[in-house]
Amino acid sequence: MPYTVPKLTDYSPAALEHAAAECLRACSEEASAVPNDAELKAFRDRWMARKSGILTQINDLWLKGAPREAKRDAGIRMNELKARIQELVENARVTVGDLAKDSAGRVDISMPGTRRPIGAEHPVLRASREMCAVFQRMGYSIAEGPVVETDYYNFEALNFPPNHPARDTQDTLFIAGQDSKPQRERLLLRTHTSPVQIRTMEKLCPPIRIVIPGVVHRNDPPDASHSPMFHQIEGLAVDTNITFGDLKGTLDHAMKEFFGSNVKTSFRPSFFPFTEPSAELYISCFICGGSGRRGSDPCRPCKQTGWIEALGCGMVDPNVFEFVKDNGYDPKKVSGFAFGMGADRIAMLKYGVDDLQLFFHGDVRFLEQWA
Amino acid sequence: MKLSANWIRDFVDLTVDDRRLADDLTAAGIAVEGISGSGADTVFEMEIGTNRPDAMNHYGVAREAAAIYDVGLKPLSSFGLQASGASDPGAEAPSKSKKSDAALKRRSSTESPVFPITVEEPQLCPRFSARVIKNVKIKPSPGKIAHRLQLIDQRLISNAVDATNYILWEMGKPTHVFDMDLLEGGLLIIRKAKVGEKLKTLDGVERTLSPEDLVVADAKRPVGLAGVMGGYDTMITDKTKNILIESAWWDPLTVRKTARRHEIHTDASHRFERGADFESTVLSCDLVARLILESGGELIGDAVDVVSRRLDQAPVILRVSEVHRILGDHLTGGHIFHILKKLGFNLIPEGEEDAEFRVQVPSWRLDVEREIDLIEEIARLHGYDKFANTLPAFRGAVVELPNAAMDKAFRERARALGYNEAVSLTFISNSDAERFSSASVLELENPLSEEARVMRSSMAPGMLDMLAWNLNRDVEDVRLFEMGKVYELRDGERIEPERACLGTTISALMKSLPADAALDVSKGDNAAAAEAFRLFKGDVENLLAVFECGNLNLDRQTGEYFHPGRSARILANGAVVAEFGQIAESVKSDRKLRQDIFLAEFDLDVLHKLGPRRVEVEAPAKYPAVERDFSFVFSDDVEFGAMQRAVSELRLQVLRSFVPVEIFRGGSIGAGKYSILLRIKLQSDEGTLRDDQIAAASEQIVKALQKLGGVQRV
Repeated sequence: MPYTVPKLTDYSPAALEHAAAECLRACSEEASAVPNDAELKAFRDRWMARKSGILTQINDLWLKGAPREAKRDAGIRMNELKARIQELVENARVTVGDLAKDSAGRVDISMPGTRRPIGAEHPVLRASREMCAVFQRMGYSIAEGPVVETDYYNFEALNFPPNHPARDTQDTLFIAGQDSKPQRERLLLRTHTSPVQIRTMEKLCPPIRIVIPGVVHRNDPPDASHSPMFHQIEGLAVDTNITFGDLKGTLDHAMKEFFGSNVKTSFRPSFFPFTEPSAELYISCFICGGSGRRGSDPCRPCKQTGWIEALGCGMVDPNVFEFVKDNGYDPKKVSGFAFGMGADRIAMLKYGVDDLQLFFHGDVRFLEQWA
Repeated sequence: MKLSANWIRDFVDLTVDDRRLADDLTAAGIAVEGISGSGADTVFEMEIGTNRPDAMNHYGVAREAAAIYDVGLKPLSSFGLQASGASDPGAEAPSKSKKSDAALKRRSSTESPVFPITVEEPQLCPRFSARVIKNVKIKPSPGKIAHRLQLIDQRLISNAVDATNYILWEMGKPTHVFDMDLLEGGLLIIRKAKVGEKLKTLDGVERTLSPEDLVVADAKRPVGLAGVMGGYDTMITDKTKNILIESAWWDPLTVRKTARRHEIHTDASHRFERGADFESTVLSCDLVARLILESGGELIGDAVDVVSRRLDQAPVILRVSEVHRILGDHLTGGHIFHILKKLGFNLIPEGEEDAEFRVQVPSWRLDVEREIDLIEEIARLHGYDKFANTLPAFRGAVVELPNAAMDKAFRERARALGYNEAVSLTFISNSDAERFSSASVLELENPLSEEARVMRSSMAPGMLDMLAWNLNRDVEDVRLFEMGKVYELRDGERIEPERACLGTTISALMKSLPADAALDVSKGDNAAAAEAFRLFKGDVENLLAVFECGNLNLDRQTGEYFHPGRSARILANGAVVAEFGQIAESVKSDRKLRQDIFLAEFDLDVLHKLGPRRVEVEAPAKYPAVERDFSFVFSDDVEFGAMQRAVSELRLQVLRSFVPVEIFRGGSIGAGKYSILLRIKLQSDEGTLRDDQIAAASEQIVKALQKLGGVQRV
């Protein structure tokens, strides 16, 4: 039972003595058994609170109600009591309670938690989803297209004419038994997600903003940085007034969103048949901060240059628009930019994975780190 | 591709150091990927775009440097070259004026040529130039030449061959040297190869030529594969005395096709395929001649220069307004003029207030044909990083893919159930394709290996491989899922159905079984398999609950790679939505899987069509529920499904659930039978159930179960 302040009728010294002793005993008992910080605060409030604390109540009930002749004696005793209670309250500390009573219900809180298994999102798909989300917040919609493509969509309509040397850079995997078809209908595994640019422009009139995640294939034997199958994220924006500065600003923003706001971007001239001017986007190395060194060691991800190649991009080549001109893409009226990046590559960069093959083994020891 | 920094500096006076030069070239698109060596031996590792053959040599890079730093570019000259007995110093700097072309033609046509050359294919060989030098001394190259070639990883052969190589790397034009005395008939013909004709090329390979191949031939036989590689039998040897130097301009497509047909890729074919400098044929001959003559010999007569047709490089109109539309509006006409001029373009202002330019493109820039090509040159030299970053306004809306929400929910559920998302390669072997699907498949023309010949027609092989990968590394508790496409031919058309696949080891399943939750309390392998199956079925059901599947119907018609007694097919509204269960023993042993594996395959295309599950809300019951247990013995051939059907056919309003609680086999039950404890839950929306209502419902249920042959144990 918590202590409540009794009403005093008897103001004899003995009665006052008794009331004060009772009060003190209660206070000291409470002070010796404060189990935790919250209780300590409650204890202090209960006794000392200015408005309705026990001391205030004593003042109100005992002192104010004292008959004139007893007032002086009561006042002295009350001041004494107040001082001792104040001392008790101030010195009160959280005390470890009754050991025997507690240890009966005690558990070892250092035992490892039993974690029910939670599956992880695949790191490449996670990186891809996050990158796409950056663009979705900028007004881009997701678009998709087939993995088995025709020569027309993978090459011709992207300004890779038949027999053009630029096709050599693509290490294409071809579907067997296509020889009897005209070249543009022959099937192959798309070497980039860029065909979806054409397929989308055939369906939708400008203005468009799309971002295209997907699987692509190349005839590259697997090693730490190559795989015959990998993932790309492609982007395309077309409108009546898109400039090279818009390309730069959009990608600069996206890189900062994805890799961190400290990241700086730099654009270097490059060549892709379906964009002109074409560029490669480099980001300042977010691992070494652009210094090329980590302490006394060389920074590996940026090969000590302070810069990491992130993606290829450029202004859509007018020849590409010619293929979809009838759907509102007159290169004299619209302009646009496109970009493409390896989702596996940005996942490797973001999560510090140094072997591309790890993504494709299904090794749970690797995958569950993202859970 | 390696270039020497010092060699570049032969042609341009630069104050910047090599590192700065590399950075500035890179920023202008002439990428220096790495720097090695130091001082005079500094070597740049270059990455030159496929469209810039003009910059794949020292002079071309020097030209870019001159433009970047706005300093002079020294002309390439064959100064000092003099034919014996003639006063003509040969060709001067790249001779582009009409006048000198005319002079060349006159020389080659009116005087008797130094060496007769007939071009039968003027379309494919518009220009063929040659030089004759006699009494040469074949020996190792002089020190400077040898040193420079070695610096850029070129193999040394002899002074004559090295001279062609040196000039190729100096100014980009491939040339070839013949031992002139081995050319039969003392003449050359540029013609198509004849059917069955053979040529042993410099690499020692005897090649059978196609009538599509363009060759350089003497009176009897081909002596070179045009633009690709010379012939072995007419090559320079120690015995060579007299040399014919060839420098031609070949049709890029013809060179490319021949190189591909014969699977040869040479420095020469690489450049000819991309377009060489039409105006440098004579100059390159002269430069090669001068180098060889440094070791002795004499130049004979004039250059031979057969020009069958000139390349048409039409002037390009460049509008300042178009530059602004693509790049933004901070570059003035003056800027534009200056940048292009430095790169060797000739600009004539036209239109009102010089709003446009008529631009003549230099002969080495065959990649520049259109206005946009010029705009790229302007942007590149101005510096990409100097353009301000802006964000465009947008008038559209963001649209989600139709199945995005369902796929997201499926993924989240699979992960919540403990399955890690995995991604496997999309190729499978022919035998797996046959074993795991009945679809007609897409095969690759050029697979990476036999094991990867077919585009996957099932997700199962990839999933099994990933499970095996884990088991082989002593990781026993594996739960994986993968979503993706399979590839099939249907009615001759390719289709890419979407699938999801779930795979797990039995040990992972059993670990998720809560204590006391085992239904079958009798021991034995079958009991464990039954529990595992039920656990896996629960995961499958949880995943199907993403979709509006309605009532699920199960049958046992699964693929042969499933265990016949421990697998099921699930139908929703009559359509197959999934197959799942334990894999067959044969599959397990063939793939050396060390554990029983459970696999589920979902047909996402069908599920997407069903749509996301609509939530039908029921208010929580107001009145208490009552549970009653019944213990029955059934014959093994009566499955729980039959009991469930029988009870549901009673259409009892108050029946809320009917579930098995415990199963026991063996002991006093006897063979071919099992004991099953069944639990019903009764509840009413109208009030607390009375005893008589409970008894009536119970009696009906007991009767229905007895009708199935069940014997109630009391």
